[in-house]
Amino acid sequence: MSSAQTRNLIVLAGIWAVLLLAPYWMAPLGGYTALATRVLVLGLAAMSLNFLLGFTGVLSFGHAAWFGLGAYGAGLTLKFLALSTPLALVAGILLGGICGGLLGLLIVRRRGVYFAMVTIAFGQVFYYIAFQWSSLTGGDDGLRGFSRQPLDFGLFKIDILSEPNNFYYFVLFCFALAVGIMGFVLRSPFGRTMIAIRENERRSRFLGIPVERHIWIAFTMSCFFMGFAGALYALVNNFADPRGLHYSQSGDFVMMAVMGGMRSFWGPLLGAAVFVVLQDYLSSITVNWMSFVGLLFVLVVLFFPRGLLGFLQRSRA
Amino acid sequence: MTQLLLFNVTNGLIIGAFYVLMALGLSLILNLSSVINFAHGGFLVIGGYIAYTITPYLGFWGALLVAPPLTAIVGLVVERVLIRPLYGRDPLYSLLLTFGLAFMIEDGTRFIWGAQGKPVTIPPYLSESLSNDLFFITGYRLFMVAMVIVTVALLFVLLRYTRLGIRIRAGTLDLETVAALGINVQRLRSLNFAVGIFLAGLSGVLAAGQLGLEPTMGTGLLMPSFIAIIVGGIGSLPGTLAGGLLIGVASGLTAVFFPAASEAVIYVLMAVVLLIRPRGLFGEEGMMS
Repeated sequence: MSSAQTRNLIVLAGIWAVLLLAPYWMAPLGGYTALATRVLVLGLAAMSLNFLLGFTGVLSFGHAAWFGLGAYGAGLTLKFLALSTPLALVAGILLGGICGGLLGLLIVRRRGVYFAMVTIAFGQVFYYIAFQWSSLTGGDDGLRGFSRQPLDFGLFKIDILSEPNNFYYFVLFCFALAVGIMGFVLRSPFGRTMIAIRENERRSRFLGIPVERHIWIAFTMSCFFMGFAGALYALVNNFADPRGLHYSQSGDFVMMAVMGGMRSFWGPLLGAAVFVVLQDYLSSITVNWMSFVGLLFVLVVLFFPRGLLGFLQRSRA
Repeated sequence: MTQLLLFNVTNGLIIGAFYVLMALGLSLILNLSSVINFAHGGFLVIGGYIAYTITPYLGFWGALLVAPPLTAIVGLVVERVLIRPLYGRDPLYSLLLTFGLAFMIEDGTRFIWGAQGKPVTIPPYLSESLSNDLFFITGYRLFMVAMVIVTVALLFVLLRYTRLGIRIRAGTLDLETVAALGINVQRLRSLNFAVGIFLAGLSGVLAAGQLGLEPTMGTGLLMPSFIAIIVGGIGSLPGTLAGGLLIGVASGLTAVFFPAASEAVIYVLMAVVLLIRPRGLFGEEGMMS
């Protein structure tokens, strides 16, 4: 085993150890388990976006739509269809993924800024639907009146509603599942092709790769993951609201990915952690937190365009 | 019924005229510099608040004259300091930066001028209705539409006949060749950005006279302007013009028959256009990819 591989293994073990022990080290540092759960869910969303943004090089600025649809899918299922957490998650994944996949067919030929613009505009379509269709979604007030259900394994039940640690480990399990699939896809020949498209689209085309189809598949997979994150988010809050679909939420996700480091697999999780903790802190000390978040965007773009991990790797090299 | 219809179509046209001013500025910047200016609505708000601040001293006409150039100067500074370092980098970065800037402008105006809406006083002879039957056509609304028409005409003259305009159009098609011909591309981009922001500032003043001012008003006008550009065809200024008017009238008409959908209809329109004609109404083939 080469030294690089060994180092990667150690880093990986370190990341999982930190995540597994989060409920135990968060509290002494002044955090709380629910904050860790939120970081995990938003981190999964940022990683899902980065699956497309960082590894295929396609800039979607409307990904909050799939996140929000996932949340509504889970919430509506729990409220109207069945009192089952796994079923709610599946419904959220399907709603976000299928809507995203269908829309992807319309926009997959666009590139660069134009892709970004069309995804923003279409994302807003879903925002307006959630906002206007009050009889189903609760409109501006959001969807209330549902809560996550205990996990029923037949022989025993796990209470994830009132036990924050149980819920954290449930979310961590889901996170691991999604991230595992993502990592597996990125290591597969398909994942290598995605990176080839990112690096040089024209050359990939000359090599006979059906670029549009690959981008569509990557986009759709990313939407499914996004729906998963959204469904988990609905379970975190026992609430879903239209702002989760708004383009400013998309901007936050892109920011998390960029701030952590778009070119690295784990970067967006780090970005999400910094972003969530910072926002939590800023909104508790000042009413002008929007200015500071805006300033953060400006500073990261101007001075840390490679993100925290990119910055660290570079200064080590 | 006829009157209701007429009322809403007129409303739609006037709102469409706003969208056109906003969208033309956005479109200019997008076409030449590949920057999606998320802060465009913010500049509109700045223009409006500058007008609000100087109206007591110079009156409405003075504000109308002074506020847009001042906004353009703010735009120039922003372009020089924040956006210029990002040319040539992935468009993602300018998008994120202007996105953050929009936050800062919205919060900043709230901090300086307060969250409450502010009225901008317009001369009394402009606020009267022209006739009893058509009560909704006030002098101010006619004046606004006239202003938009004059501005758009001037813009097209600028782009068609002046050296700057010809360079902007050439740069939109092939910036590298324009640079190779010895034209200072940085300056071209700055001037073009300033023209775009001037239009945002002007729409800010006009909007302030009609709707009053709020720190959040720019955000609401931004998305329809995006859609005007997409519907009209990215890369085409006449397309942006048509797109803005079209979505204005469409949402006005929908307000008559199905009020709840008056905002959603522009998105439906966009989806239909993209399905039938992916490049937009006036877009060139290949411009969007």
